Amino acid sequence: MAEQLPKFDAAAEPVGPEPQLAAADIPLLRIERVVKKFGAFRAVDGVSLDIHAGEFFALLGPSGCGKTTLLRMLAGFESPDEGRILLNGKDIANVLPHERPVNMMFQNYALFPHLSVRDNIAFGLKRAGMARSEIDARVAEMVALVKLEGLEKRKPDNLSGGQKQRVALARSLARRPQMLLLDEPLAALDKKLRESTQFELMELQRRLGLTFVIVTHDQEEAMTVAGRIGVMDSGRLDQVASPRELYEAPHSRWIAEFVGDINLFDGEIEAREHHRLTIATRDAGTVVVAEPRQGISKTIVSVAIRPEKVKLSRLGPAPDATASQAINRLEGMITDVSYLGALTTYKVRLDSGATLRSSMANTAQIDIDAYNLSQRVVAWFTPDDCLVLEQ
Amino acid sequence: MGGSRRLSPFNVASLALGLAFLYLPIIILMIYSFNASRLVTVWGGWSLRWYHELLNDTAMIEAGWMSLRVAAMSATIATLLGTLAAVALSRGERFTGRTLFSGMLYAPLVMPEVITGLSLLLLFVAVNAERGFWTVTIAHTTLTMCFVAVVVQSRLGSLDRSLEEAAMDLGCSPARAFLAVTLPLIAPAIAAGWMLAFTLSLDDLVIASFTTGPGSATLPIRIYSEVRLGVKPEINAICTLVIALIAVVIVVASLATKLSGAQRETAAPL
Repeated sequence: MAEQLPKFDAAAEPVGPEPQLAAADIPLLRIERVVKKFGAFRAVDGVSLDIHAGEFFALLGPSGCGKTTLLRMLAGFESPDEGRILLNGKDIANVLPHERPVNMMFQNYALFPHLSVRDNIAFGLKRAGMARSEIDARVAEMVALVKLEGLEKRKPDNLSGGQKQRVALARSLARRPQMLLLDEPLAALDKKLRESTQFELMELQRRLGLTFVIVTHDQEEAMTVAGRIGVMDSGRLDQVASPRELYEAPHSRWIAEFVGDINLFDGEIEAREHHRLTIATRDAGTVVVAEPRQGISKTIVSVAIRPEKVKLSRLGPAPDATASQAINRLEGMITDVSYLGALTTYKVRLDSGATLRSSMANTAQIDIDAYNLSQRVVAWFTPDDCLVLEQ
Repeated sequence: MGGSRRLSPFNVASLALGLAFLYLPIIILMIYSFNASRLVTVWGGWSLRWYHELLNDTAMIEAGWMSLRVAAMSATIATLLGTLAAVALSRGERFTGRTLFSGMLYAPLVMPEVITGLSLLLLFVAVNAERGFWTVTIAHTTLTMCFVAVVVQSRLGSLDRSLEEAAMDLGCSPARAFLAVTLPLIAPAIAAGWMLAFTLSLDDLVIASFTTGPGSATLPIRIYSEVRLGVKPEINAICTLVIALIAVVIVVASLATKLSGAQRETAAPL
């Protein structure tokens, strides 16, 4: 198979215009039905995925979902039991880790404790047989890139967590890999540092034009940094989508619950007319929702509404037109109020006994729009705010 | 807090008794090595007479030299083999009989020396090996190799495996990754293992007396045969020298282990 595909490695031999055109269609990385078993356990179970050059891709999933195993297969530390991994169209199954144009940043950084910051960064360059002057120039460039000036002679033991993370990043970028793999790179940092580092990572990736593949269990992190996200669960890749698509149009109930907060009501489709579905739910009465574009084949479904799309109003005449026109109106009592600064989240106990979560942005400085505990309110949302998920 | 830290009279007494039990005989031996009197049990004033006499005792000096050579050679071979065994056990792929192999490697730790010595003697007789320096060296290597393997394996076990993976990721073949990253990090443990093997070989009497031949007595054998004819103060002198040597080696070895331990703490993830 590999021989029939055009060569992409420009350094190895000159390429004619024709193969180059064809090469443009080849993704940088193609994962084809890859399976990895540990004994009887299928850690990665038939994953297929294309990653294109210059992408920032996130593999998101709970721990044990197989995302790290998949990443380790890309780095060459594990080999797939079934399927193929193609880099630039070439199968890399038999390419050893040290021969792959791919570098990895390890979760615990794996800095060499007996080497200084400079020697850690230069480690891969020395192995590549670079001249001393070139190495010095590249190390200086990397040190400047991750803002580690003045720390070159320190040993990893004498660095803070954030500094270690930067050394690890500089070390893995020094060889200018075609693809950088990041295994939970920010998990050990505190929240503030993590957020600023996320933006630095994005900035770096854009500036260097490299392909980054990050593994994380933190959905906020994945949505912040990545252009596309692959959600993994139990070894399978459930959905590959942009952050917005993943949040607004999750493929499954599981993804809807994993990514962000969501209200879910199980029900049965009663009527279908004018692209509107009327669904009788057990806990929220009859709900009218917009029919999904791809259609729906089953009658037993779940209605999903994100908390920020559930609006609250006082009882009595509706204060504005949209509220009065909303088809889906549910009455209930506020049982929980959490003020989080930018927003306030409410839990509303519906008359059916079920709980509906609503979050509202605190746009006014005074609490004129706030609701109190035990207050009876109307929760409302439009048919377009709802998602219908097959169970 | 202060009260619990202060030692009670009972603690002081038991500590003193314990230390006395351990070190009094050695201290007495060392003091009597400076005795001017010919009788071991009668104090005749300070003197370096027996050290002087030791210098002229060529048989004793030869035995000492023999012991040092055997110890250095067997410790070196044991360190080499023990390190390889430790690497194979903690880094190699899981091979069949791995548990059996590691169990057998550690057997000499608990095997009575008499049995080790006797079995080696039978082996050397069976293959018709001339008993002398090399037979004792080989015998001591089998004894001390397991100690080296234990020390090195515990260090390897505490080493983060992703360090080697990082080295491979950065362009090292597996062998190069071992040389460039793992070896420097386990070097203190290897050095400690060597010194442990050295001291074990130096003070072994049982195995050496089984496996040595005429004319190549080690120091413990020489001392033992002299003592059977009656203790001379000269023996005290040579023993004092051996104690001093072993004390130095043990201090260096524990410093090396401490250094390796300090690195281990920081090498641990997060």
